[in-house]
Amino acid sequence: MIVKPTRLAVLLIALWVIVYLTLEPAMSVLVSLLPLPSGSKLTEAIRFFLYEAPKVLLLLAIVVFAVGIIRSYFSPERTRQILGKRSPFLGNVLASVLGIVTPFCSCSAVPLFIGFVETGIPLGVTFSFLIAAPMINEVAVVLLLGLFGWKTALIYVTTGLAIAISSGFVIGQLRVERYVEDWVYSVKSRPLTLESSATFEDRVRAGFDAVRDIVRKVYVYVLIGIAVGAGVHGYVPEDFLAGIMGRSAWWSVPVSVIIGVPLYSNAAGIIPIVQAFLEKGASLGTALAFMMSVIGLSVPETIILRKVLKLPLIFIFIGIVALGIIIVGYLFNFLY
Amino acid sequence: MNIKVLGPGCMNCKTLAGRALEAVQQLGIEATVEKVEDVRAIASYGILRTPGLVIDEHVVSYGTVPRVEEIKTLILTQSAKMQR
Repeated sequence: MIVKPTRLAVLLIALWVIVYLTLEPAMSVLVSLLPLPSGSKLTEAIRFFLYEAPKVLLLLAIVVFAVGIIRSYFSPERTRQILGKRSPFLGNVLASVLGIVTPFCSCSAVPLFIGFVETGIPLGVTFSFLIAAPMINEVAVVLLLGLFGWKTALIYVTTGLAIAISSGFVIGQLRVERYVEDWVYSVKSRPLTLESSATFEDRVRAGFDAVRDIVRKVYVYVLIGIAVGAGVHGYVPEDFLAGIMGRSAWWSVPVSVIIGVPLYSNAAGIIPIVQAFLEKGASLGTALAFMMSVIGLSVPETIILRKVLKLPLIFIFIGIVALGIIIVGYLFNFLY
Repeated sequence: MNIKVLGPGCMNCKTLAGRALEAVQQLGIEATVEKVEDVRAIASYGILRTPGLVIDEHVVSYGTVPRVEEIKTLILTQSAKMQR
C-alpha cells in the first residue's frame, strides 16, 4: 500500500521538529567528543560548520516543501491572465509579487517573455516579473533566515521587491519596444488547452517533488558555501574587510555590484560567504548589494534573454537593475 | 506517431527527451522522438514554461518533467483520442 502524501507529510514534519529542536544539543555533544584543541582556529571553523550546515539544510527542506505547495496554486499562465489588464504601476507591483510565487526557471525566460508580450502585457511589467523571479527565491530566503535572522531576510525581500517594481516601471517609461527583436511581435501561438485539476494530495506531492529537485540541486553549494564561510569565520581576523567593504569605503557599494553582476552563483553558494564577509567587517549595505547583484543578475540569463532583446535593451536592463541595487546598498550603509 | 520535446537544451529538456525515448521503447510503438530547440518554434506552441512535450502536434505537458510511466499514459491517451 502506498502511504498518502498528506499522512507522510504530517509524519515527516513531526520528525523534522524533533530533529530541529535536538540539533543544537546533539551537535555540541558531538563537538565536545571530537579530539579538537579548544579555542583553536580549526576548532572554531569545524564547530561553525557542524552547527550551521545541518540547520540550514533542515530549514531548506521545510521551506522548499511549503513553497512547493504554495506554488502549485500559481502558474505563469494564470499570472499572465492576472497581469493582462492592469495599469502600469499596479501592474509592476503585481508582477513583482507574482514573480516570487510563480514557478519559474531562467531556462523558461524566453517562452515566458514571448507569451507575456503576445498577450499585450506591457514590457515594463514583464521586466518586473523577470527581475523579481530569480532575485527573490525560497533558497535565498532560507539562507538569510538561517544565517542572518529574520530581519535581514525581510530587508532582502522588501528591497528586492522595491528594485523589481521600480526598475520595471522605469523600463516601461523608456518606451523600449523597438529594442525587442522584431520577430517576437509576429509570433502567433496556438491556444493551449490543458485542463489541470489538482487535489490537495497532488499539491503535497508537488511539495515533496520540489524538495527532492531543489535540495538535490543546491545542497552541494550550501555545503561548500558554509565550509568557505566556516574557514573565513575561523581564520580571517575580525575587521579584516572593514577597510574594503566597510562603511567608510564609499566606493565599496558600486565596486561590489560591478564584481557581483558577472559573477554567477545561486543563493545557496553565495549567502554563507557573504555572512562571513559581514562578520569580518563588511557593512550590511555593501553585503546586500553584492548578494543581490550575484543572485539577481546573471550572465546565463542575459544570454538567454539576448534571443528576444536587442543589445541596447540588455544594457538598459542590467544598468537600471544595477543602479537600483547600488541605491539600496547606499541606503543601508547610511541607515545602519 | 511523432513526439517532440520543446526546450532550449537545458537539463530538464534532456531528461525529458531521454524519458520519452524510454517510454516509446517500453510501449514498443513506432514513434519518432525529436528535440525542438529553436525558440521561435517553441513559442509557436504557446507554452510559457519549458520543457514541453508534444505528441502529434498536441501539447500534452509543459513546465514539468513527467516520469516514464506518466509519459506512457500520455502517449496512450493521446493515441486513443486520435483514433476516435
